[in-house]
Amino acid sequence: MRKVELTRSANPATNRAMGKNGFQLRPRHLLALPLMGALALGGCISVKAPDKPIVIELNINIKQEVVYRLAQDANATIESNPDIF
Amino acid sequence: MTVFPMRRSLAMLAATGLVLGAIAVPALAQSRDPAYAAARAAGQVGEKLDGYLGYVTPPAPALRAVVEDINIKRKAVYAEKAQANKATVEEYALTSGCLLIAQTKPGEKYQAPDGSWQTRGAGAPLRDSRCP
Repeated sequence: MRKVELTRSANPATNRAMGKNGFQLRPRHLLALPLMGALALGGCISVKAPDKPIVIELNINIKQEVVYRLAQDANATIESNPDIF
Repeated sequence: MTVFPMRRSLAMLAATGLVLGAIAVPALAQSRDPAYAAARAAGQVGEKLDGYLGYVTPPAPALRAVVEDINIKRKAVYAEKAQANKATVEEYALTSGCLLIAQTKPGEKYQAPDGSWQTRGAGAPLRDSRCP
């Protein structure tokens, strides 16, 4: 006895790309590669080393406002310890 | 009211403390070690940017010992005062360095912002841009 199909068989729930972690290089994509390479080369940014030596300021993290805040107290400290200043 | 006598006695205590303090400070205040004073006047040691003493010329062992001792004492004072002012030791030391360079006498050595040793002239010394 023959089965009667009411509807046509459904498409598989998965396609080829699924289960293989997303993007896949297909011939179509490969065609675009030379173009992307050309763009990358054309957009090269050249970085030149500076002429002057790079000076590393060790105290750069000390803010001027902190120095101003401490100045009065530091002055009193210097005046009260004349043997070491 | 019993508040007023209490307040008055507190005021008396505070006044006594002030007077005692005024007497105690000159008693504690000592002058510089003669070796340090001589080396400073001769330009062998100078005030650095960071609030410590540095050697302008290679020091003799005796002078080195004196200067190291002073720098250790300075650091102890900086640490104590920095904590009281909620600042870091480096911040307090740099601030002191600003002031110490400003207080150098003509002929004494100090460190300029570029790290070089300079002799204090009659004018203002070269100082860090953050100095007050």
